[in-house]
Amino acid sequence: MSSNPREIVPIKLSEDGLGAQRSPLRDTIRRILHSRSAVVGLVMIAFMLLVAIGADFIATHDPIKPMFGVPGEVAPLPRKLPCVPWAGCTEPTHYMGLDQNGRDVFSRVVYGSRLSLFVGISVVAFSLTVGVLIGLVAGYMGGWIEDVLMRAMDVLLAFPSLLLSIAIVSILGPGLQNALLAIGIVSVPVYARLTRASVLSVKEMEYVTAGRALGAGAFRLMFMNILPNILTPLIVQATLGVGTAVIEAAALSFLGLGAQPPDPEWGQMLSESRSLALSVPHLVFYPGIAITFTVLGFNLLGDGLRDALDPRMRGTH
Amino acid sequence: MSRFLVRRLLSAIPVLFGILIVTFVLARSIKGDPCRAILGERATQASCDAFAARNGLNEPIPVQFVYYIGNVARGDLGESLRSGRTVVDILAERLPVTIELAMTALVLAIIVGVPLGVLAAYKHNSFIDVATMTGANIGISMPVFWLGLMLSYVFAVMLKGTPFALPPTNRLDAGLNPMPFYELWGWVVDGQAPNPFWVFFGRFYVLNGLITGNMEVFTSALKHLILPAVTVGTIPLAIIARMTRSSLLEALNQDYIRTARSKGLAERLVVFRHGMRNAMLPVVTIIGLNFGFLVAGAVLTETVFSLTGIGRTLFEAITARDYAVVQGVTLVTAVAFVAINLMVDLFYGVLDPRIRLG
Repeated sequence: MSSNPREIVPIKLSEDGLGAQRSPLRDTIRRILHSRSAVVGLVMIAFMLLVAIGADFIATHDPIKPMFGVPGEVAPLPRKLPCVPWAGCTEPTHYMGLDQNGRDVFSRVVYGSRLSLFVGISVVAFSLTVGVLIGLVAGYMGGWIEDVLMRAMDVLLAFPSLLLSIAIVSILGPGLQNALLAIGIVSVPVYARLTRASVLSVKEMEYVTAGRALGAGAFRLMFMNILPNILTPLIVQATLGVGTAVIEAAALSFLGLGAQPPDPEWGQMLSESRSLALSVPHLVFYPGIAITFTVLGFNLLGDGLRDALDPRMRGTH
Repeated sequence: MSRFLVRRLLSAIPVLFGILIVTFVLARSIKGDPCRAILGERATQASCDAFAARNGLNEPIPVQFVYYIGNVARGDLGESLRSGRTVVDILAERLPVTIELAMTALVLAIIVGVPLGVLAAYKHNSFIDVATMTGANIGISMPVFWLGLMLSYVFAVMLKGTPFALPPTNRLDAGLNPMPFYELWGWVVDGQAPNPFWVFFGRFYVLNGLITGNMEVFTSALKHLILPAVTVGTIPLAIIARMTRSSLLEALNQDYIRTARSKGLAERLVVFRHGMRNAMLPVVTIIGLNFGFLVAGAVLTETVFSLTGIGRTLFEAITARDYAVVQGVTLVTAVAFVAINLMVDLFYGVLDPRIRLG
């Protein structure tokens, strides 16, 4: 017999000996902090946030300026290997070496965290807002409105997401903003479907009927009665969505459709040094590690949140 | 069952129509003038007018759309504005590269991912479980193109000269001639254009090498396929392993498993005979849903490993504003996506009676 994975939590007694007040919020936070992957993910994301906020202090050099003519630098500069003081290197410090244009890779990776976090969060904010609106209206209204909206979502889902975003960017023109918009549009159906499915399961609940009986309008019912009760799956999906958005933006930049040179965007950096991957691997290595680390953080947090928030999943992970 | 089949098939029709609209609008919205992109920046107005007339670009947009649907229904996807070849010919030549890559990756993902997931569930909370799931999480979080670059560095540069060295580019060693089966068997006379259907099958180099008995081509093609396939297959592999694990764990929590255990059945039999059968349903769905990852992975991987599949084709066509090719590639991919999801649904219905009756 395998052991039962369900943990037994002793009931805490408050000082007067009666059962402690257990607020749902505190309960949820406790469950999240009990999930190993959520905690690890939170720490990783917090680390990336700190790097992004403190980029000006952490970066050792200007991320865009080539090091040519800087006093102390020893030629040849392009593609120079990493130079770390505590490993015995006496030249100017470049933790991750220099790229093909003589720029400091470490500083570029550090500043890249700002772009990537911005990309991930803004894409999710966009697609979550639009998707939830569509899903709420479709699920609540029903009838032909639902049919039209959800068939449109089906059509969007019928295209592999990267192909569709490539096509959209090619219409709008290459650039980081357009890439964000493309990825945002492509991820709308995920949230729309999720919202609609949850609305359908909730809208016949008694508290919704009660709200309607008290004379609440459609708007109030949708946003005040239904939406707060379907947030859980949306929060989980949005957390995972940040990771996906970071990777897809990097992919578009890698194809030359997203961030443009000399922006220090991780996918863009990989794209620039792609042809050098076999001869100067350190140029390719670090930006990829940075992407993986960031995405992993959001994926772990998302998984942890799902385990902690979704009672049906408890005990299976 | 037949009612379920009909209902499911009918529901695909509006989606297919939507796909036609989207591919048409997409191709028409690409910025820039196709004439100037094809004939060059300095093309005269007169030659551009002639170009537009020849390609039906002067008709009103709705008329062009109706023509488009009619042509698609006849299997005519138009001609590449750039090379003058038919889109069907181009697809016949390039699709096999992508399909070969994606299928190898999928097979790899299934034969490695399912056993890994079962092992992790079987040894729940053990070191193996934690290690597998950590590996799967990292696998999902890696950018495909970066993995490809790193793998080529490791296997083409670091392991150079060892038996493990693998080639990082192209589909065959230089100088090898993958003579397609239809030429070898004399089905096509010299100078005559071969049937696109045969070209399609002939471009699967691994298969073609095998059936024509050319072992040199076969092994070379297989060797060149390994790195790209591992690259494309990593994400689906990780997803399949995770899904198999969680689905099997859920099945093992059910009452009938407790019954099986309490009647003294060996744990191995409980897991494999009673647990697996019910756990595989969600895994089948996930395998179908991975098609999107496979295509996206193939597009990015083709760029890294210099393969001329449909990903590269689409990319080049967009740059050249080659409407017909853009339309053809997006249409075929989307239709394949719908078809695969349909098949997964039907298969799911076969496996689980509750779905087709519900």
